[in-house]
Amino acid sequence: MVGGFRVQKIFVCVKQALDVAELKIDSATRRPIIAGVPRKISDFDKNAIEEAVRIKEKMGGEVIIITVGLEEAKTTLREALAMGADKAYLISDQAFEDSDTLAVSYILAEAVKKLGEFDLIICGEGSVDSFSAQVGPRLAERLDIPQITYVRKVSLDGDHVVAERSLEDCYETVRAKTPVLLAVTGEINEPKIPSLMAIMKASKKEIVMWKAEDLKISEERVGKTGSGIQVTDVLAPKMERKKIEIKAETVEEIAENLAKALVKEGVIAR
Amino acid sequence: MSEYRGVWVFSENKDLMLELLGKGSELANKLQTELTAALLGYEVSAQAKELIAHGADKVYLVDHPYLKNLHADPYTSALTSLVNQHKPEILLIGATRRGKELASRLATRLETGCVSDCTELWIDEKGRLLMNRVVYGGNAVATEICRTKPQIATVPPRTFEKLESKERKGEVVKVDVKVEEPRTEILETKEIEAAKVKLEEAKAIVACGRGIEKKEDVRIVEELAEVLGGLVGYTRPLCEDRKWYTEWIGLSGHKVKPDLYIACGISGVIQHIAGIRDSKIIVAINKDPEAPIFEIADYMIVGDIYEVVPALSAALKKLT
Repeated sequence: MVGGFRVQKIFVCVKQALDVAELKIDSATRRPIIAGVPRKISDFDKNAIEEAVRIKEKMGGEVIIITVGLEEAKTTLREALAMGADKAYLISDQAFEDSDTLAVSYILAEAVKKLGEFDLIICGEGSVDSFSAQVGPRLAERLDIPQITYVRKVSLDGDHVVAERSLEDCYETVRAKTPVLLAVTGEINEPKIPSLMAIMKASKKEIVMWKAEDLKISEERVGKTGSGIQVTDVLAPKMERKKIEIKAETVEEIAENLAKALVKEGVIAR
Repeated sequence: MSEYRGVWVFSENKDLMLELLGKGSELANKLQTELTAALLGYEVSAQAKELIAHGADKVYLVDHPYLKNLHADPYTSALTSLVNQHKPEILLIGATRRGKELASRLATRLETGCVSDCTELWIDEKGRLLMNRVVYGGNAVATEICRTKPQIATVPPRTFEKLESKERKGEVVKVDVKVEEPRTEILETKEIEAAKVKLEEAKAIVACGRGIEKKEDVRIVEELAEVLGGLVGYTRPLCEDRKWYTEWIGLSGHKVKPDLYIACGISGVIQHIAGIRDSKIIVAINKDPEAPIFEIADYMIVGDIYEVVPALSAALKKLT
């Protein structure tokens, strides 16, 4: 390419996740009550959108949101558009119900293939509700492109991406040639809250709806039959704690009583 | 499906590999099958003996310069070839961040399911692997099975115990498989200070949350940790909102299980609780009597951390 590198297209994969802070547990059965729990853009996916928009501001190109989810995801997609994305695709079909990461990555890959060439795909490191952190690398594998996960900093150097990863014991700086898939952490940026103007502008942006047949999705590869994983049960963990409140006249007494109790428990190392 | 046989383990982290062998040998015994370690790397053949001493019946060794660092491409290609040749029914992979991206990629190339960050593993009466994992931000534990084979599970560090090292017989098989060239290049590695990395091993942790008003006030918490011979931990808001630190305790950060966990000015959102659930004794100090942290505390003090924490340090000093 003559005259410097310009980014053409950035895809951002966004999940409409359960807002786990709103989740209640049925105390009799210990089962979470999913019905009625609101959904929102998964936290790290907002970081992914923000990073894509920042790259666009510097390097040009178009930011396109892709979501596999329920039809009501449209409202969360408006929010993504207000954050600065240009266009969104919502892929929704009854056949997708109960799809796991194996199936969802297949649907996303078919959508990306239909949309054509791109420079970057950005995802959040994991979703707030299931947090399996698999869809990103699985999508990269299906598209046969390299991935860089747990990214806390990123820059473009011509047609190469340089990214700093946050690993358990080190920060690792990695370079790869585009197209690349990045999975970003919450450290990478502070997502902006869209202005009223941006929200109004977003209402005019396009949200394209696709169904399974638009992507020639094979039904055996999605939903329950297309999933590798089957969930057999979901229960709230048992938490049996002593819940002893320590009270006394003075702070000094409270502290002494607690110290004695901890010694008795055998948790003071001496 | 019945052609799939045997339990395999892999991790690039040596300690974690030994822990996987510990659990793997229990699963292999139950299934009356062999336990195999996949040893991948560059100039790593010397490690095979230790893997056998810790429970491996067999070690498949792939030694290749492309495997020097864990890049997803070469590791995925090498493991895919090994799995396709030998068809293990279960594959446990260490859930380090590097290990998790590898597992997802491998499971996709093998068109199989993978369960992330398993906290419990067992075999049911049908010989299937059952896997527990924490979901919904720490609100629940899901039990999952894999409908396809191999059944892949990733397991975080310090979830299972290693076996004691013993003089055992085992076979080391050196294999030549196709190893793809990495498409990623490591330019630089910066170590993160060792103290923070060891939170998972601490016997005592004093952690602080939003109840601490200024960064210099963390000193009171540090003093208490010092008296206890323990470490200091932080909540996610102190790291992500206030940017005081970079590593927090919680579902998305360090998951700890000390003998004693003292939560100072921590409200106790479910994601934080998910990271401390396995602590032996939890003490909560908070001004707000309604703070959810009290729901999971063994000892609760409703009070100002600025008074209680220094008093507790003084009281403990006197006692010891």
